[in-house]
Amino acid sequence: MKSLYLMPVGAPDERALDILKHRFEQELGWDVRIAHAMAIPNVAYDAKREQYEAIHILRAAIEAMPRDAERVLAVVDADLFIPMLTFVFGQAQLKGKAAVMSLARLRQDYYSLPVNAALFYKRVEKEAMHEIGHTFGLTHCTEKHCVMALSNSIQQVDGKLAEYCRSCAILLQDSVSSLATDR
Amino acid sequence: MNTQWEILVVDDEEVNRESMAAWLREDGYFVDSAASGREALEKTQAKEYAIYFVDLKMPKGIDGIETMMEIKKIYPDASVVIITAYATVDTAISAMKEGAIEYIVKPCNPQEISLLVGRIIKVKNLERENTMLRKKLLGQYQFQDIISKNAKMMEIFQLVKEISSMRSTVLIQGESGTGKELVARAIHYSGDRADKPFIAVSCSALAETLLESELFGHEKGTFTGAISQKPGKFEMADGGTILLDEIGDISPKLQMDLLRVLQEKKIYRVGGSEEITLDVRVVAATHVNLEDAVRQGRFREDLFYRLNVINIHIPPLRERMEDIPLLARIFVERLSHELGKPITGISEGGLKKMMDYGWPGNVRELENAVERAMVTCREHVLTENDFQFLNGAKKDAQEWEIPQSMTLEELERQAIVTTLRRCNGNIKETALKLGMDRSTLYDRIKKFNIPR
Repeated sequence: MKSLYLMPVGAPDERALDILKHRFEQELGWDVRIAHAMAIPNVAYDAKREQYEAIHILRAAIEAMPRDAERVLAVVDADLFIPMLTFVFGQAQLKGKAAVMSLARLRQDYYSLPVNAALFYKRVEKEAMHEIGHTFGLTHCTEKHCVMALSNSIQQVDGKLAEYCRSCAILLQDSVSSLATDR
Repeated sequence: MNTQWEILVVDDEEVNRESMAAWLREDGYFVDSAASGREALEKTQAKEYAIYFVDLKMPKGIDGIETMMEIKKIYPDASVVIITAYATVDTAISAMKEGAIEYIVKPCNPQEISLLVGRIIKVKNLERENTMLRKKLLGQYQFQDIISKNAKMMEIFQLVKEISSMRSTVLIQGESGTGKELVARAIHYSGDRADKPFIAVSCSALAETLLESELFGHEKGTFTGAISQKPGKFEMADGGTILLDEIGDISPKLQMDLLRVLQEKKIYRVGGSEEITLDVRVVAATHVNLEDAVRQGRFREDLFYRLNVINIHIPPLRERMEDIPLLARIFVERLSHELGKPITGISEGGLKKMMDYGWPGNVRELENAVERAMVTCREHVLTENDFQFLNGAKKDAQEWEIPQSMTLEELERQAIVTTLRRCNGNIKETALKLGMDRSTLYDRIKKFNIPR
């Protein structure tokens, strides 16, 4: 059975990891494991921006990837960026092995709003499904409720469902089953 | 969705360009990256990108603005987005002045970039659709290499399709430059002889004896210089098509030889006695009115009927004015590539100028006129100024009319007298202007008794 590893970077919310484990077991039919936590690499921190650079965390996650891992999703509590943009919710290797996602901007309190745990975990699911979808070759979907729809703001995240649309679901399944027949 | 569009990210810092490329790939774009201006230009030379994200500051070699300017030399319409870490008014102004579509300061809000990319791609999609529709439209007006939307020409296209696989002789009549050879080629290449040879012979270019051996070939030793046996154009065209251009100019003897070929489908090489059986489709073309030539006894009537089994008369350009804008646009497109000049079209004024002109030299003259205008043009569009030379030409063409009942000899005499006067009696200059040898000119002066 293929394995997806959820890799805590720093100390992300544990319940979030459990929810994702459950969700991906259902979604992919794979063995989903929570890897040993990894410290945030120092090189990723940008003192001027007070943020972490996504690509460095992605690289560190790939390096620390267990041998039996087919995919790895690094989950980090800190806020991520790429040099070109003010922030990113996450970043993935398209058709690659690894993705990274940040929990920072998925919390209501980031926007100075009252804490809402249910909403937060729903967002975590959406963002994780989105990034993992990219690793299976899915690009942004024009169906705005699809979890693969482009989201550049928390409003856009909330506007979509924690589901792949019909065509993305088919593409994902094709990609998953082509991996199964590879070996 | 977006896979057909390619984007190039140019940044000397690996992390910057790779993270940006990855971010764009998630959106479905094919993304290339380049670590320097030089590498960007190499990649641009190999293919065109929909958007170029170029970092302003690159330490080695050429900077972002220079890179953009070089890209624009290759693709004047390229959409270049200049990226900078520090906004200064000066660089922003110079980037925009040099043609950047946008100037952005990083880090940038992801929504802004998404909107910008979406906006540029939308325009690119429209441009692509426009080009596709124009091509489709053009395809409607194109038959082989001939382009027209004129009703008479469309009838010709139809006729050509119908007769292309027959063996019947075709006579194509039309003024010089109307495209008689193109029609002959279209007949050949749309029929079942398309994979066999198409041989064109200009009957006016050669003297009678030369033409004879050119057409029918000759045996070794037939005449001085015939050092070996040589097959003629008819033999070369066996199985295919031969175009006899300017058929109206051939001598009575050749007319008879040709008649025999058409009747018997056999030829004899000059100086030979062996008969050679051939399967050649004959297409003849002429700019003179063959019926008139027959009436005046200059062309054999029986040959005329043999040739005129299927008759195609190509209208002169002045009778199909609607084709002028279409043809002119196609010539501009083709020549802009050939001449390496980024000229995109013709202004309203330029077109009007072309529509007002009579085009005695037909499509060939139109093509030459467009080329001349493009060579001197300094803008991206041809305007009426670029076609000023058509003024004088039109006047000349209108004034010039052959006086009635004037012999060719008299015409020649007149031409020599006038040119001599214009050149103040200078023989060398006169000969040059008339395109004849000095000795020939002396001959004529003597023959016509022209005072000097």
